[in-house]
Amino acid sequence: MNGKSLLEGTADGDQLRLAGTGAWTSANARQLEGLIDSAVRRYAAAKAVAIDMAHVDRLDTFGAWLLERLVRAFSARGAQTQVVGLKEDYRALMDELHTVKLAETQGRPNPIVQALASIGISIAGVGQSLITMINMLGALAVAFLRVIVNPRRLRFTSTVHQLDNVGWRAVPIMLLITFLVGCIIAQQGVFHFRKFGADIYVVDMVGILTLRELGVLIVCIMVAGRSGSAYTAELGAMKMREEIDALRTMGLDPIEVLVLPRIIALIIGVPILTFLGSMAALYGGGLVCWLYGGIDPEIYLQRLKEAIDLKTFQVGMIKAPFMALVIGTVACVEGLSVKGSAESLGLQTTASVVEAIFLVIVLDGLFAIFFASIGM
Amino acid sequence: MAEGNGKANGKAKEVIIEVRDVVVGFGSRTVLNHLDLDVYRGEILGFVGGSGAGKSVLMRTIVGLLPKRSGQIKVLNVDMTNGPEPARHAVERRWGVLFQQGALFSSLTVKENIQFPMREYLKLPQRLMDEMAVAKLEMVGLDATALDKFPSELSGGMTKRVSLARALALDPDIVFLDEPTSGLDPIGAGDFDTLIATLQKTLGLTVFMVTHDLDSLHTVCDRIAVLVDGKVAVAGTMETMLASTHPWLRAYFHGKRSRGAQGLDTKADAAPIPTP
Repeated sequence: MNGKSLLEGTADGDQLRLAGTGAWTSANARQLEGLIDSAVRRYAAAKAVAIDMAHVDRLDTFGAWLLERLVRAFSARGAQTQVVGLKEDYRALMDELHTVKLAETQGRPNPIVQALASIGISIAGVGQSLITMINMLGALAVAFLRVIVNPRRLRFTSTVHQLDNVGWRAVPIMLLITFLVGCIIAQQGVFHFRKFGADIYVVDMVGILTLRELGVLIVCIMVAGRSGSAYTAELGAMKMREEIDALRTMGLDPIEVLVLPRIIALIIGVPILTFLGSMAALYGGGLVCWLYGGIDPEIYLQRLKEAIDLKTFQVGMIKAPFMALVIGTVACVEGLSVKGSAESLGLQTTASVVEAIFLVIVLDGLFAIFFASIGM
Repeated sequence: MAEGNGKANGKAKEVIIEVRDVVVGFGSRTVLNHLDLDVYRGEILGFVGGSGAGKSVLMRTIVGLLPKRSGQIKVLNVDMTNGPEPARHAVERRWGVLFQQGALFSSLTVKENIQFPMREYLKLPQRLMDEMAVAKLEMVGLDATALDKFPSELSGGMTKRVSLARALALDPDIVFLDEPTSGLDPIGAGDFDTLIATLQKTLGLTVFMVTHDLDSLHTVCDRIAVLVDGKVAVAGTMETMLASTHPWLRAYFHGKRSRGAQGLDTKADAAPIPTP
């Protein structure tokens, strides 16, 4: 930049002459704004203002707006303001900006009121999501009954495709994770039980813990993160692109076409995964007992047979389809409540996984109470 | 920057975008085949061609979204392939792009969308940015009430206007418009054409407009370039187009829709069509 200031003022009594120079463009806008504000403050008493723009060689919208702001500031104080020497090329731009009406700036709302309001909104939101969840369960029941009455309505291909995605393709990762969890429990058990010579009870612990609780819980948490999030994102993207509205206008029920196959796939898939996962955990536990705890596989199996019975196995398996229903319903509800923006898709997917895992654990607690009271 | 209407002065026309021998293809298909095109400063160039002929492909190649197989593209005298990185980056600040679907950031409000380029590239006080957002919105024919809306709450025409305001946020020299009037009703499309012409005059813009809209071509475009078989078949004014004997151009500019746009009587042609 040259050393000259972009705006220089010379006051003569209550006559003010402002001369602009150089490039009044976005690159200099910050500096120019400061000069303009200080000129307005400094020459507040001016009665007549002439702004000479003859030496401004470039003007863009930013510069033009600042000029307009300068004119407005002096006019608002009752000063006679005129712009002279503006190049003809920029006349149209100035005219355009002359008509701009700024919005009335509203004061910021009270932060305490805002905080209270946001608490209120989120509590109302919890109630609302409970209602939509129940609504979805009802709609699912209706769709399911329709399918029972007329089995040909079931989207068989879609169901199998979903089952492939959430069941078959999930098998390797589920086996790996539950195997590792089984190993870890056995290792911890052997390490601590050995101190009071109760090594053999490790087998009881591994058997009961994996079959009753951990197998199903680990699998459900994995499914919520892996398939629940996928459901939410798929349905959410379809909602954003109006695909769900398109289905509706064709007289099809999105619940029946999109949601039911996904939930049926989960209800079939999760118990299978739970079974496979529990077996992998028992295998992992056995392996660690043998290699680390010195418990022979034969003794391990013998002990396992005594420690667990069919009931232990049933407790875990009975829970699985209910957990699947919860995960699927939450995922689909959240997917269908996605709004137009990309941000909302992200929020709903997060909410879907968090809610599903939370509800799975709550449900597990309720089952524990239930099974205890019926003596299982 | 605003430098007045480039057409007014009698000087030799300055080439602002120079496309030479450009080849672009996907897989085994060649879309642009040794294409040459010049865009002059201060003009509105309408770029036409059949659906799928590669109009948007050329636009996306010029702005660097698609790689080209060979050829050279110079924008504001900077080689966009081999030129020095800072110079190419500086050119990117001097163009604005209006995408077909608007491409507004869905999680930002209208105001934040318009301020986004300013915030990234200019260090401006918040007050000035707020005022500029209003000014830009008014320039595209909206008012301050739209400021706090989210893109999902806007109608199609408003989306186009807001994205034009965003494209204009940094006062670009060149604006690329990808089918700006598609999806608008004829009145809205006409308004948009007028808006582009007005903005071109007030801001001294160079406009590169991919379009299908014959009315736009008639009313606002200074020059038209026609893309046929991956090459610019003809480039020139509307008169050149109408005088051309190229078969595709004849079909395009002498079809019934075109005559309607020219204000000719189309009824004589319409009569032989059997009515059910």
